[in-house]
Amino acid sequence: MIPAAFDYVRPASLEEACHVLATTGEEAKVLAGGQSLLPLLRLRLAYPSVLVDLGRLPELHGVQDRGDHVFIGALTTHDEVMRSPVIREHVPLVALATATVADPAVRHRGTFGGSLAHADPAGDLPAVALALGCVFVTRMTGGQREIPASDFFVDYLESALDPGEVLVGVQVPKLGAGWGFHYEKFHRTAQAWAIVGVAAAVRTEGGAISEARVGLTNMGSTPVRASAVEAALRGAPSPAPDGNGASNGGHDPVRDACGEAADDTSPPADLHATSDYRRHLARVLTYRAVRAAST
Amino acid sequence: MTEQIDAGMVARRIAESDRLGSPDPGREIGRARRRKEDARLITGRTLWTDDIQLPGMLYVAFLRSPMAHARITRVDTSAARNQPGVAAVYTGRDFAAEQGSLPCAWPVTEDIVIPDHPPMAVEEVRYVGEAVACVVATDRYKAADALEAIEVDYEPLEPVLDMTEALAEGSPKVHEAGNRSFTWKFSGGDVEAAFRDAPVVIERTYVQQRLIPTAMEPRAVVATTDGTAFTLYSSTQIPHVLRVMLALTTGIPEHLLRVVAPDVGGGFGSKLQVTAEEVLCLLLTRRLGKPVKWTESRSEGNLTVHHGRDQLQRITLAAERDGRIRGMRADLLADMGAYLMLVTPGIPILGAFMYNGIYKMDAYDFTCTGVFTTKMPTDAYRGAGRPEATFAIERAVDELAHELGMDPVEVRRRNWITHQEFPYTTIAGLTYDSGNYEAATDRALALFGYDKLRAEQADRRDRRDPVQLGIGVSTYTEMCGLAPSRVLGSLSYGAGGWEHATVRLLPTGKVEVVTGTSPHGQGHETAWSQIAADAMGVPFEDVAVLHGDTTVAPKGMDTYGSRSLVIGGVAVLQACEKVKDRARKLAAHMLEASPDDIEFSGGTFSVRGTSAGKTIQELALAAFAAHDLPEGFEPRLDADVTFDPQNFSFPHGTHLCAVEVDTETGMTKIRSYVAVDDVGNVVNPLIVEGQVHGGIAQGIGQALFEEAVYDSEGNLLTTTMTDYLIPSAADLPEFVTDRTETPATSNALGVKGVGEAGTIAATPAVVNAVVDALRPYGVRDVRMPCSPERIWRAISESGGAAAGWAGPTEAEGGER
Repeated sequence: MIPAAFDYVRPASLEEACHVLATTGEEAKVLAGGQSLLPLLRLRLAYPSVLVDLGRLPELHGVQDRGDHVFIGALTTHDEVMRSPVIREHVPLVALATATVADPAVRHRGTFGGSLAHADPAGDLPAVALALGCVFVTRMTGGQREIPASDFFVDYLESALDPGEVLVGVQVPKLGAGWGFHYEKFHRTAQAWAIVGVAAAVRTEGGAISEARVGLTNMGSTPVRASAVEAALRGAPSPAPDGNGASNGGHDPVRDACGEAADDTSPPADLHATSDYRRHLARVLTYRAVRAAST
Repeated sequence: MTEQIDAGMVARRIAESDRLGSPDPGREIGRARRRKEDARLITGRTLWTDDIQLPGMLYVAFLRSPMAHARITRVDTSAARNQPGVAAVYTGRDFAAEQGSLPCAWPVTEDIVIPDHPPMAVEEVRYVGEAVACVVATDRYKAADALEAIEVDYEPLEPVLDMTEALAEGSPKVHEAGNRSFTWKFSGGDVEAAFRDAPVVIERTYVQQRLIPTAMEPRAVVATTDGTAFTLYSSTQIPHVLRVMLALTTGIPEHLLRVVAPDVGGGFGSKLQVTAEEVLCLLLTRRLGKPVKWTESRSEGNLTVHHGRDQLQRITLAAERDGRIRGMRADLLADMGAYLMLVTPGIPILGAFMYNGIYKMDAYDFTCTGVFTTKMPTDAYRGAGRPEATFAIERAVDELAHELGMDPVEVRRRNWITHQEFPYTTIAGLTYDSGNYEAATDRALALFGYDKLRAEQADRRDRRDPVQLGIGVSTYTEMCGLAPSRVLGSLSYGAGGWEHATVRLLPTGKVEVVTGTSPHGQGHETAWSQIAADAMGVPFEDVAVLHGDTTVAPKGMDTYGSRSLVIGGVAVLQACEKVKDRARKLAAHMLEASPDDIEFSGGTFSVRGTSAGKTIQELALAAFAAHDLPEGFEPRLDADVTFDPQNFSFPHGTHLCAVEVDTETGMTKIRSYVAVDDVGNVVNPLIVEGQVHGGIAQGIGQALFEEAVYDSEGNLLTTTMTDYLIPSAADLPEFVTDRTETPATSNALGVKGVGEAGTIAATPAVVNAVVDALRPYGVRDVRMPCSPERIWRAISESGGAAAGWAGPTEAEGGER
């Protein structure tokens, strides 16, 4: 399809970017990797009058180890994220989930910050950011702020970013020793969005789960934190490596806990799945993700 | 199992590459040549239709109906006309007097209803996407902007979306004449007798979902005129048919109309069409006197490229308790969509001759009713009627096997035509010239490791493994090489099925082959070069193949229905032979010998028993110079052949598929896939392998992924590739392919065609495997595409009918 006409601005500095965005207001759209925005423009589902291309701002780019957290610049591409030794060592869940995003072509252009700021609940990274308790660092003319992930995702395709505000990067906390991670993505074709995805971080101590963090992809208008599952998992015995806890006396506390994964969710219905089926998948996949993260 | 497969594959690939590296100098046919056209195709060094730029060219965009069914009460184009860069805006009314009706060339019955089909709607729209108005502008952006300024008022009419409801009393009508286009009947043998007291009767209903062909290159059209003559460039499979039909539709005289299919990026039948956009671009260039271009977007294509399949099939088999089939009935409803396009009604009729498959039976009865709905028209899509037929019979035979507690391969053995019985005239009246179903099946079973997989399946069932294994069989045949003209005539098709070739020996000894086939990805330039190189005794590199332009290749019937090699390739061979006949006379004259004493070998004509000879290159130059020719010999070494086949060709094969089904989620994974195809003699093994791979991928697409979905208002929901799922390499298993080679006896090359085989075979193999995995739950069908949710629901709703099985996740339960 053919996008409608728009102006194109490529600021030379973050300051200039903030200024342009502040003066153009809601008419402007930030262009990062363009992998979500350009299809919207081509289908004429979005009509911004100005595209502000942040692609040449080096300060938004790269991965830094900052002690208790890893800072990922908003314009770092998915491909760079999944290959980053710092991310793979300290926040591997981010690398695991990123490796499932779309296909290699998209991952070479699409950016970490762009896909989070797009706030698509079917995207893989929002649930990860939510589960890990990431902090979103932003800049605007004359200021900056830090937004916790729990406040960042406001509604379907809507983040807490104000019109004049630029996402600079994301602080991903290192969870420390004893944690295991897994991202379980359910999709029909390799490059498709998740029908449901589950991001799990699980800490085991002495044969039991001491803490779990579970984020759900595509189970509502925003990514969802499966708090009920997290609470129910606390203290549950670690799942057996063969994953068949139920065979042991027919009762599997982890499976029971994961059975609460769909509680308080309102998953969408679309061509690929009904809401009921998504709820069912959330339970099955959460169990699989937790099990994989525990071993 | 895997060792055996790997060894076989490796051995064959080594053998092929050896032949490529050190070929038998006398033989091109059979060599795994890399395709000579690929370098320019994949490096962008060719002109696709959308790359064509002409001076002063204008760009066309179409405003398309957002309503499935409505009366157009007002169209206001004034605002659009005043937009910058807009040259013209037209509605259907502006062209009503000259746009004619898009043609249907296949009136399958005498009383068929063929509604008027204006390229641009004038009074009523009948599907979402139907063109209502068009903008012509200086670039495609301005054209797209101006579309938004056109105002159309619609008075909604009721959509007609379900075929069964469409035929019911009181249904809203798509056309005044009603929703039934035709009912076509066919039968052989005494069906009543076959079903009377039959020990076993299997009755099933299958849904052939609507598919979107999705060629890699979207459609594009460029039209231009010098004031007298017209040229139309189109991403089409059928430049020759198109020229005739456009001349008839637009009134532009045929001799003043040139149609060019430049390199074309795929079609799968979707470009076997005379489209509204082609007609309108011609009319626009005639009216404006300037070249125009239209290129569709992918979403526009999903809406308005003709769709495929969409049939409701009721299949009834009568059989003995030992598995032998007595007879069958096939009763179809076929969704035509809103109009009949070029061969729309003929598609299900092509399938009529294939429902009996490779099996012997005493009686067969076929009925098909074509139904109008307010959806995009359907038409040819890879296989065109034959995949639907093959699916139905192959699924039903599996059901029969299950009913009888027999192995599905064994039931097939008891029914198929044995290799000693060829030529065999089937109950549908076709004479299969050759085949060896036993050999292909035995080879496939060995490659697949059938017994070992059956053992694993039993083990998983015993363990109630959450991941169950299913095994699917498909033993298919198809009628290819469309087609003997007299047969097409007897089926009321509007044209013949011949093919044309010209072979010219140039003065320097190089060879030009002009073919009436119109390749759009198949590799004709390579394969035809191999045929001509062998026949003429010239190097492969010395052959050029010309095609796709009605000025360059004025005669042809184009490419579809696995016909190109079987008819067009044979025409090339015959034309080469005619050139050689002339060359032989010239050589005899120059060598002062009798033509009967002239031998031809390795490109040289020589006098038997002597060393005296003339190479074909020397003869070429001699004919060009024309200084010393035999009495009455025209100075040329070229020839034309128009070849009309006497019979169809009948490729066959056995495909086996093992599918793992995760019963907790419904997700499927193809564990292994073996295809043993018999396409007769093989001109180029690499091309055959590519066709088989692509075909299987497309067949798997129908089985597991693809479906065009309309909502209850008649809106197409699958307008992008995020909604219309096409499997990519990442979603497909390694295919294990092999061949048996039983030459066709109906043509000089012994070839049968391979373009559609994979697609025809794969769909039932995969669905049979999915259903086989779910047998313990009492599941006996899953509607295509077998999506995870459909499989999960089939398990959930089965209630575990067989052996008390229920979902392994029962304990977790809740919503079931």
